Amino acid sequence: MSQVTSRLISRVILPYRREDAGAPPSLHADYRSTMLRAPRLAPLAIPATLTEVTGPDHAWARLMGPAMADLTVQHRGEPQGQRIVVAGLVLDEQARPVPDTVIEIWQANAAGRYIHSRDDWPAPLDPNFTGVGRVITDAEGRYRFVSIRPGAYPWGNHKNAWRPAHIHLSLLGPAFATRLVTQMYFPDDPLIEIDPIANAVPMPYRQRLVARFDIGTTVPNWALGYRFDIVLKGRDQTPFEEEHDDH
Amino acid sequence: MTTDLEALNAAPRLDNQDPTLFGQTPSQTVGPFFHYGLPWKGGADLVGRSDLGARPDLMPPEHFLLATSGVSGAPQGEVIEIAGGIYDGQGTPLNDVMVEIWHANAAGRYASDEDGREEVPLDPHFVGFGRGATDANGIWRFRTIRPGRVPGPGNTLQAPHIALSVLGRGLLKRLATRLYFADGEGNGDDPILALVPPERRDTLIARRRPDGVWWLDIVLQGENETVFFDL
Repeated sequence: MSQVTSRLISRVILPYRREDAGAPPSLHADYRSTMLRAPRLAPLAIPATLTEVTGPDHAWARLMGPAMADLTVQHRGEPQGQRIVVAGLVLDEQARPVPDTVIEIWQANAAGRYIHSRDDWPAPLDPNFTGVGRVITDAEGRYRFVSIRPGAYPWGNHKNAWRPAHIHLSLLGPAFATRLVTQMYFPDDPLIEIDPIANAVPMPYRQRLVARFDIGTTVPNWALGYRFDIVLKGRDQTPFEEEHDDH
Repeated sequence: MTTDLEALNAAPRLDNQDPTLFGQTPSQTVGPFFHYGLPWKGGADLVGRSDLGARPDLMPPEHFLLATSGVSGAPQGEVIEIAGGIYDGQGTPLNDVMVEIWHANAAGRYASDEDGREEVPLDPHFVGFGRGATDANGIWRFRTIRPGRVPGPGNTLQAPHIALSVLGRGLLKRLATRLYFADGEGNGDDPILALVPPERRDTLIARRRPDGVWWLDIVLQGENETVFFDL
């Protein structure tokens, strides 16, 4: 292979897709904090460069440390609450697995209280539960973690506002372009229907955020199981060839 | 005749597992309580072993379970500090926001499988990813090295830049932007800066303060609103 050819190949940038119809808008007036924080100007579309299609790949352990897949064993005793297993796949838009990628997890305790000094509503803290973890997908894109079901909690968006029970999930994916922070909700939670954050996602896509109870993931005599797959932005199959002066 | 109870599963419904809904998982806000879950000690220090980036003041010590920076040695290049305020539409500094950075090493190579340019050296002591929470005054801050130039579309070369993600309460989606350096080589020919209306380019350009810090304020909304990118 000539040097020129190798340079051309290395310059082919396979872009990631832009957000799909399920993406929430930045401004969603029912979620009041967006009113002063959402940009008012439309984001500027730029072509993908090396900056957007690269990412820290396999460096998660070096950056964040080893996996913490069981949120119920981080303290002296067991946390209060319903023990759960959450498992699923991380996929791209072509349903191909995304292997060796980190999922960071944080959540409230069974009473709906976060271990955070700015969360001071009168629900009990649990000395045996922090509510933080991280897992890494295997070669088939699978992940699994153990936790307790978080409680709902009130917040100040409007009078008598309550967030549905949820688990926060953060993914880097393979590139700067695939960064995703989301929340997983539980089936049969009536609060989802009236939650302005969940409902910033238009229907039916909001339902992508609702996990499925699964008897196959449930562990007999031990924990209820939920399935939740995470789909990151994908890339189109065919790279488009860029024009070059020396071509 | 009895039912085979063990073979039963819950009735399927329109949810995450429904194949007709398959597509990108929608983004949700990181919320105000991410501090004990995301920004680790040293996450915002890409060259040393400080605790920069974390906010252990926001949780009891026994509940800070995050890692400490795994920096292995000094990376090549000029050590720099980048920082700035983050403001909402009323000019209020935001003390509950998280910023992440991603950039190339001093030679202009990304520590990523996707950057296969073997003729540009990798740096074994540099990853190029950082994460930090804003402090009590709404200031974000990173210590890192000044990145080299990387190719742009076609035969262009991009000016040195740092990709930034902004996440926070009230932000339903990650906001992506860039930091360029006021004295950066090639700013005038940068293929991405060229797409930005001239009167808004300054919102992406960090200026060196007398104390040496490269300063860039991020304005989420309103006058001098930062340019955010649709990737």
